[in-house]
Amino acid sequence: MKRSIYLNLLTVALLLCAGTAGCKPKPKNPTPIPTGKTGVQPENGQPFGPEIVRPLPPPTDATGVATRDTSAGIPPAGINRENYTADREAFAANTVYFDLDRATVKPSEQSKIEAVAGHLRSNAGDAVEIEGHCDERGTEAYNLSLGDKRALAIREYLANLGIDPQRVHTISYGETHPVDLAHKESAWKKNRRGVFILLKPKQ
Amino acid sequence: MKLPLRHIALHFLILFSALEQADAQQTLKVPGVSDDPSQLVPMSLEGYSGEVLSALRFDLEIAGFEITSADKAVMLVNGSSSSSLIGRVTDRNRKSLLAKEYTGGSARSQSHAFADDIVQLLPGRKGVARTKIAFKVDTGPNSEIYIADYDGHNAIQVTQDHTITRDPAWVPGRRMLFYTSYKAGNPDVYSHDLQSGTRQAFARYPGLNASPAISPDGRRVAMVLSKSGSPNIWVRDLDGGNLRQLTRTRDGDSSPCWSPDGQTICFSSRAGGRAALYLVSANGGEMRRLNTGGAVNCTEPDWSPDGKQIIFTRLAGDFEVCVVPAGGGSMTPLVAGEDPSWAPNSRTVVFSRRAGDRRLVSLLDVPTKRYKDVQQISGSCSQPAWAK
Repeated sequence: MKRSIYLNLLTVALLLCAGTAGCKPKPKNPTPIPTGKTGVQPENGQPFGPEIVRPLPPPTDATGVATRDTSAGIPPAGINRENYTADREAFAANTVYFDLDRATVKPSEQSKIEAVAGHLRSNAGDAVEIEGHCDERGTEAYNLSLGDKRALAIREYLANLGIDPQRVHTISYGETHPVDLAHKESAWKKNRRGVFILLKPKQ
Repeated sequence: MKLPLRHIALHFLILFSALEQADAQQTLKVPGVSDDPSQLVPMSLEGYSGEVLSALRFDLEIAGFEITSADKAVMLVNGSSSSSLIGRVTDRNRKSLLAKEYTGGSARSQSHAFADDIVQLLPGRKGVARTKIAFKVDTGPNSEIYIADYDGHNAIQVTQDHTITRDPAWVPGRRMLFYTSYKAGNPDVYSHDLQSGTRQAFARYPGLNASPAISPDGRRVAMVLSKSGSPNIWVRDLDGGNLRQLTRTRDGDSSPCWSPDGQTICFSSRAGGRAALYLVSANGGEMRRLNTGGAVNCTEPDWSPDGKQIIFTRLAGDFEVCVVPAGGGSMTPLVAGEDPSWAPNSRTVVFSRRAGDRRLVSLLDVPTKRYKDVQQISGSCSQPAWAK
């Protein structure tokens, strides 16, 4: 009995600490990506339900191999985007920029993330998606990982500010969605970014 | 001119011993062909025209032959082609090495079959003219997966997801691909049986699911998952069980590839600050750095099927395809380009190179460093994978 009271007090103390501006507990391990409450992903189980498509005749050069999937019924991992409307404008000014080949949140970028955290604290039903992007100066598979690291670093920063990671979805686009296609640093620095998309629950 | 008797005797002795040796071997040593694989073999090519000639030239040039005039050639190829292809190969002493007729199939496939036979006249060489590649084609913000003959001809579009699809990888010995698609709103890994058209989701964990690589025995899939909170290397059985996390770095891992014995995975990681190549046992354990002979910013490794070499990309100003012995050691730069994938012959490699605003898929003959662009699809073609 005593032990449980002690644990309760400890929990309250930690929560208070996390909520306060000056105290930012740093988790030891990277925050795992949130799993959705429905559509649980098996750790060591079967593959996801098959989306069996109609077997097709051998492809011809003209039409190629066609596939028809019936995947509409499988809920996506993490936040179910179907339940939200996406607003790309709300946080357009909060895009976080990164140095070349780095996924560390720079001091100059922190206030933009703090502003997003402030919104999320005041709007309990809202969620956010973070897109991670790279410039073209990496190979493609490498950039997909680096973009993911960037989005996760921002998410980590939000978690340290007390935002529940379950409300933060991340996605990497690697180098595939640059904002500036020129082949020079003035373009590349604009492309190395994390983009916030506000997700508001559908009424 | 009179030859001294002892020269004639010597000549006969050498010829006799050469013939004796030839009986003992499967392939003859062709006179004038160097043992050094970095030397182009001079070859003449006569009697063909049109598509047959261009296919033969392509196949032979990328296999390390230099097409030249008959007086300079050590292997002379001639014949004709109408509904069937007649092919003859002689050495410079007019000794017949090959005489065959190729029937059935298209003119290109007959040419490829002949080219493979020519290549295989030389000891230790294996032809790849009848193999397949897969690659990604970018058109604007989206991309789709294609397969084609190794020279880019007869391309077939595999996906029509109207989103980003990428990272194609073959299941060894099967006409089946794994790749990443964003069609469900997240990068997820799918398997796609090209015979039946059946596609199945393989990995749809939270976070990134990318860069699938199938083990040489076809039973396990290595991939990059970030469900733990950071992109790491994971392995799972092709039939779904035994998901295992192999790396736990916090800095970003990418591009796993398998050793041919299925025991080790080589991958790129930023754990040391900059991208470098590492090895880890496929059953889990400590990761150890691969000595890439001074090359830094190393990514996208691929292990040769004969186990001897690891080829990869480094960023040194521009991207460059480089190779090291599989045990690590001195590095050989090969060609400006990226993302190499070995052919089954452990000699030819498919890679992509940047040209202006787009990427092209190209083939590289590693010993001679000769490269040739394949027939391209319009758009930007990259991430090639050679079927094995």
